[in-house]
Amino acid sequence: MGIFKKKQEATYTKPSDASVAQAFKHGDQTTKLSFFIFGLGNLMNKQIVRGVVFLLLEIGYLAYMIGFGIHSIGDLITLGTVEQGQTYNEALGIYEYSLGDNSMLCLLYGVITLFLTAAFIFVACMSGKSAYATQFRKERKMPVPTFKDDLRSLKEENLHSLLLALPIIGIIVFTIVPLVFMILIAFTSYDHEHQPPGNLFEWVGLQNFVAMFANGSKLASTFWPVLSWTLIWAVFATFSCYILGLMLALLINRKGTRIKGFWRFMFVLSVAVPQFVTLLSMRTIFNANGPVNVLLRTLGAIGETESIPFFTNPLYAKITIICINIWIGVPFTMLSTTGILQNIPAELYEAARIDGASAPTIFRKITLPYMVFVMTPNLITSFTGNINNFNVIYLLSGGGPDTVDYYYAGKTDLLVTWLYRLTITQKDYNLGAVIGILVFIILAAVSLLTYRHTGSYKDEGAFQ
Amino acid sequence: MKTKRFIVNCACHVLLAILSIIWVLPIFYVILTSFREEGGSYKSYIWPRGFTLKNYTDLMSGGSDINFPRWFLNTLVIAIFSTVISAFFVLCVSYVMSRLRFKMRKTYLNIALILGMFPGFMSMIAVYYILKGLGFLETGLLKQIALVIVYSAGSGLGFYMAKGFFDTIPKSIDEAAYIDGATKWDTFIHVTIPMSKPIITYTLITSFMGPWVDYIFAKVIMGNDTKYYTIAIGLWTMLEKEYVEYYYTQFYAGCVLISIPISILFLLTQKCYVEGVTGAVKG
Repeated sequence: MGIFKKKQEATYTKPSDASVAQAFKHGDQTTKLSFFIFGLGNLMNKQIVRGVVFLLLEIGYLAYMIGFGIHSIGDLITLGTVEQGQTYNEALGIYEYSLGDNSMLCLLYGVITLFLTAAFIFVACMSGKSAYATQFRKERKMPVPTFKDDLRSLKEENLHSLLLALPIIGIIVFTIVPLVFMILIAFTSYDHEHQPPGNLFEWVGLQNFVAMFANGSKLASTFWPVLSWTLIWAVFATFSCYILGLMLALLINRKGTRIKGFWRFMFVLSVAVPQFVTLLSMRTIFNANGPVNVLLRTLGAIGETESIPFFTNPLYAKITIICINIWIGVPFTMLSTTGILQNIPAELYEAARIDGASAPTIFRKITLPYMVFVMTPNLITSFTGNINNFNVIYLLSGGGPDTVDYYYAGKTDLLVTWLYRLTITQKDYNLGAVIGILVFIILAAVSLLTYRHTGSYKDEGAFQ
Repeated sequence: MKTKRFIVNCACHVLLAILSIIWVLPIFYVILTSFREEGGSYKSYIWPRGFTLKNYTDLMSGGSDINFPRWFLNTLVIAIFSTVISAFFVLCVSYVMSRLRFKMRKTYLNIALILGMFPGFMSMIAVYYILKGLGFLETGLLKQIALVIVYSAGSGLGFYMAKGFFDTIPKSIDEAAYIDGATKWDTFIHVTIPMSKPIITYTLITSFMGPWVDYIFAKVIMGNDTKYYTIAIGLWTMLEKEYVEYYYTQFYAGCVLISIPISILFLLTQKCYVEGVTGAVKG
């Protein structure tokens, strides 16, 4: 079936869906040239605006490459060769610094140039395809779309390009380019001893990864405990909030509950307070001299000068953090699940009731599958979000209590907060980048597996 | 039967009452301390010895270092702009992913999923230098624009919730619009968007929260430019060692003050959230 379908498509290809290879194979002289002189095919066929846009893009790229790009590719390979010099100026009696190469900027500009080149190749393909589409239509005496038609198509069959253009540009510039940059740093020696502009750093291959896993090294003996706590935290934080939040939503939404708005208000109140504020006040509330300890002292539960080490004992700190996270997360889940609960088609319930289903059956057969269907992607994102939950840990315990067994990490540090310490405090950017990549690998493994098995990925239309 | 239901109902209400006390108590404590007359930080008692409004008036009068009104305004402006942009991005992307079928769709979904797995501020240092290279870190105003860009640029990746919602809107509604001669764009603007109040609300809330909560990006971009601080780094500064003894109670006053506009917004949207869903989306 699959093969047959493909063949059929090949014979009836719409010109706009032609692949680059097809365009190159079946294209005439002009079309082939359009891969190198952008917009040629369009210009020859009176699609002036389209052609000019293509041409301008090409000229812009070439100007950039000649002026700056080629040089920066060279720098990317060497990461700078001229070290910052220091010479004694006898006339003035001071040390003068001669400007050296900045390895970090070399790397950054190199990455940007690579991305521009990728964009250039993409535009080249677009130009060729566009020229082929025009040629195709001309050969069959079909009308060649004018610029106006192009604009109109943006509202119909090309709506996705219109709506996605800006978000995708934002993502590429502020997420993908920086990420590639940081990934590359994992393979360099950019640590606290190699700080540009004073020092150069260089490519070191997999050395940082080896150091992270070397048996008995301090890094390895930090990494494994921190990793296991990160996973424990993520599982507890995600599921406790989800289950309790769903239960709370059901409790409020059940038929017998009066003054639903009031109850919802009580919980929403804590969501309304910015999380940052909540976390900082929680930190003071559970402080050694904070109100919780004061309360316990007045009640006589602990001695007059004693205090429960909420953040200074490793185990207590972990429990405290998970509990505070429940306090923060449950109302959020309650809010989002309430919306979805009310969105379940009422007909489903009516039909079930007519068939004589009991309340638990209705819950099991309708409410739960529906919730799981809608919420699973959300659950996965919240799991990954919790593995990367910087704010809660950093603002509550700051990763502490600190320990000398670890390499600049505390007992409640997650991989991300450790990453933060390594980069911001310790300036070991390469180690930070290694941790980032490892976090990514863990999350990728966990979530691609689970996500692909969820109903809403496999069968998006199930409830449509 | 009736008595049984009565008991269950009572139990539920008692449970709800206990839970809401747990949830409200810390907030109550924050409000209480914000009115505390005695200065200094931690005390050996909970109930303040005296009450005063001085914490608020001092805070609102602003100073050279701790200029709360200014910070408030900074954050509000940044939050409004980035909310508008990111809500627009999120709705666009999630609608496209839910309703339109095109070549790169699955690729985009997978890439978005993959990108979401990298720790957010792993890229922070690179973003900082990109902004610097683009000349966005020259003046305070440009830094604020830079913050808006940083907060909203990546929002096209957070579309799962909204996409899940759009997936539940029956396709037949769209098809009816096509038959009436609407383009896909018209359907998006005039049919889907008006039906999606709840999810728009949700998107707005979450993106509005961002600038109030985030302090790492703000701190990295603003540096020591205290005049252009957002609330989050400002309040954080107030808890630093050199300020905490004097500003502890004012810190709580600040917490109360910034929670008020957000709570009001929240209660407004809450109404929209609950009403919107039940009525609008029926097949």
